[in-house]
Amino acid sequence: MSILVNKDTKVIVQGFTGKEGSFHAEQCIAYGTKIVGGVTPNKGGQEHLGKPVFNTVKEAVEATGATVSMIFVPPAFVADAVMEAAAAGIELAVVITEGAPVRDMQAAKAFAVKHGMKTIGPNCPGIITAEECKIGIMPGMIFKKGRVGLISKSGTLTYEGANQVCREGFGISTAVGIGGDPIIGLSYKQLLPMFEADPETDAIVMIGEIGGDLEIQAAAFIKENIKKPVVAFIAGQSAPKGKRMGHAGAIVSGGAGTAAEKMAALQAAGVKVVVSPAEIGKAVAEVLGKK
Amino acid sequence: MNIHEYQAKQIFAKYGVPTPRGIVANTPRQAVLNAQELGGNLWVVKAQIHAGGRGLGGGVKLARSLEEVEKLSNEILGMTLVTHQTGPEGKLVQKVYIEEGADIKDELYLGVVLDRAREMPIIMASTEGGMEIEKVAEESPEKIIKVAVDPAIGFQGFHGRELVFGLGITNPDEQKKFIKFAAALYKVYMENDAEMIEINPLIKTGAGDFLALDGKMGFDDSALGRHPDIEDMRDISEEDPDEREASQYGLSYVSLDGEIGCMVNGAGLAMGTMDTINYMGGTPANFLDVGGKANAETVAKGFEIILKNPKVKAIFVNIFGGIVRCDRIANGILEATKLVNVHVPVIVRLDGTNAPEAAEILKNANIPNVIAATDLADGAAKAVAAAKGE
Repeated sequence: MSILVNKDTKVIVQGFTGKEGSFHAEQCIAYGTKIVGGVTPNKGGQEHLGKPVFNTVKEAVEATGATVSMIFVPPAFVADAVMEAAAAGIELAVVITEGAPVRDMQAAKAFAVKHGMKTIGPNCPGIITAEECKIGIMPGMIFKKGRVGLISKSGTLTYEGANQVCREGFGISTAVGIGGDPIIGLSYKQLLPMFEADPETDAIVMIGEIGGDLEIQAAAFIKENIKKPVVAFIAGQSAPKGKRMGHAGAIVSGGAGTAAEKMAALQAAGVKVVVSPAEIGKAVAEVLGKK
Repeated sequence: MNIHEYQAKQIFAKYGVPTPRGIVANTPRQAVLNAQELGGNLWVVKAQIHAGGRGLGGGVKLARSLEEVEKLSNEILGMTLVTHQTGPEGKLVQKVYIEEGADIKDELYLGVVLDRAREMPIIMASTEGGMEIEKVAEESPEKIIKVAVDPAIGFQGFHGRELVFGLGITNPDEQKKFIKFAAALYKVYMENDAEMIEINPLIKTGAGDFLALDGKMGFDDSALGRHPDIEDMRDISEEDPDEREASQYGLSYVSLDGEIGCMVNGAGLAMGTMDTINYMGGTPANFLDVGGKANAETVAKGFEIILKNPKVKAIFVNIFGGIVRCDRIANGILEATKLVNVHVPVIVRLDGTNAPEAAEILKNANIPNVIAATDLADGAAKAVAAAKGE
């Protein structure tokens, strides 16, 4: 078991024939992900990496029965790609592309939600269910199969965390890189209950960053709804206060989104909070008992 | 990206957001000519820097004669202005904005920003204009009215009514003017991919007109590609030269006060590395994210920028290779040490794809200054020790 994706998940790639899309799609196929085709306008009917190429997501879904799309299109076309996936009935879009304008993502996410499509990202490493299905750009070999779920805003901290968990003798059920942009798809609050309900996840690692208030929301949610042990790290405790022109952003969320604030809220919710990412593995071993 | 007040007001004007008339100047002489052109007998001389709190710092002054315009411009141009937003080092003033004096009856606040929780823009207004708005938010949050606007429907009449009734504007003519003002500002925000707009103060004149007395705008860097006119407003003298140089090589750099230079891939791991150094009793000298394309050239450039800071006593290279292969990075480090004279200990932790091969490469190269580390904790500990001369 796992959350969201597994070895049977059928995946298409938007931006399939581009440089990034090709390289990572190939890696995903090698990992064992069921990539069933891809979409590149005007290349419909061709074959790429041994899989069919379609002009539109709609055609790809009809022909392959794909439920997930991995999106690699350039930043300016991300919103269009996400909305196309949603309109075509895709259930989960994993958006890897970095640098999509915020206004575009705002519109795209609102549309996706309206169509019942979940989104991961943008600007994220993707999602991986260890040794079953990798949809993204993470190095697959560090994710050994196991019973720890991982949610992270940061890409390289996802790898760091997963690597430590595995070195302690545990493994990963599913790891999700949610991205750190102002507008993102699934966040802690939506993913935590999925891990709570997953019979093959025993503990959850949550990696956050300064800025915004998603971790504060997560803390409140954990307090009420999560029974499984949670280990958390918040990056940026030592970051200096940014020189900004205005303070409107901080006022909206009612706080500056500092690491200290977030760590305190998580601690109060019963989460095991570590002060250095180097402690993540050890903390997992502590909450689950040594292996 | 941020712009100056005078530039924000140029954008406001295009959208019909009313502002006082004003002209920017680089010299006191130009300032006097500007004042003459504007006419009248009351002008405001305003320092143009990318920071708020200019008035309190002495960067905004009233002039009642052309002689005074010249004298004040002379004082303000070239001064290093320190405000609560510039940091203690302050910012050099290179331009002044000469603006006609306004008849101020009331001072309000109006801003537009993305509300991440609601995932839509929010218009914020307050009767407490002219004050530090973050103080108002803290001490009397009820005095800030927040109206979220769903871009799918845009700015509607009810948004405007919530604003004017919230602010206690009762005169129907003034209500109409304010709603028009707010609607125009929302349009400025949306059409220019702004990240935030702040007008503090927005004034009501004796005649019942509303004017943007100040204007701050920041933009979504990811959207600048479709706004060449805004990109042209970039003032590189407002940016840190080292940060700018780094960005030309795809590096993201922020200088800090400590002694341990950091070179890391990924912003999250970079911050986590700084946190670990602090936790172990050291101090980071910088934040440096080499991104996903760490190679010999970028690593060399990173070393060069880090070593410009004379306080640096050790460098910690912390790379978790995902798609980037560690053996390539190890070779990059070797080449970089040939290109740049690295005179401090370099602690190298390479983990992830091809890490054993990378360790072998570094071991065989046997560079005296390069110390290998096995993991994040080990690397941070070695860097802290090296910086202390141990």
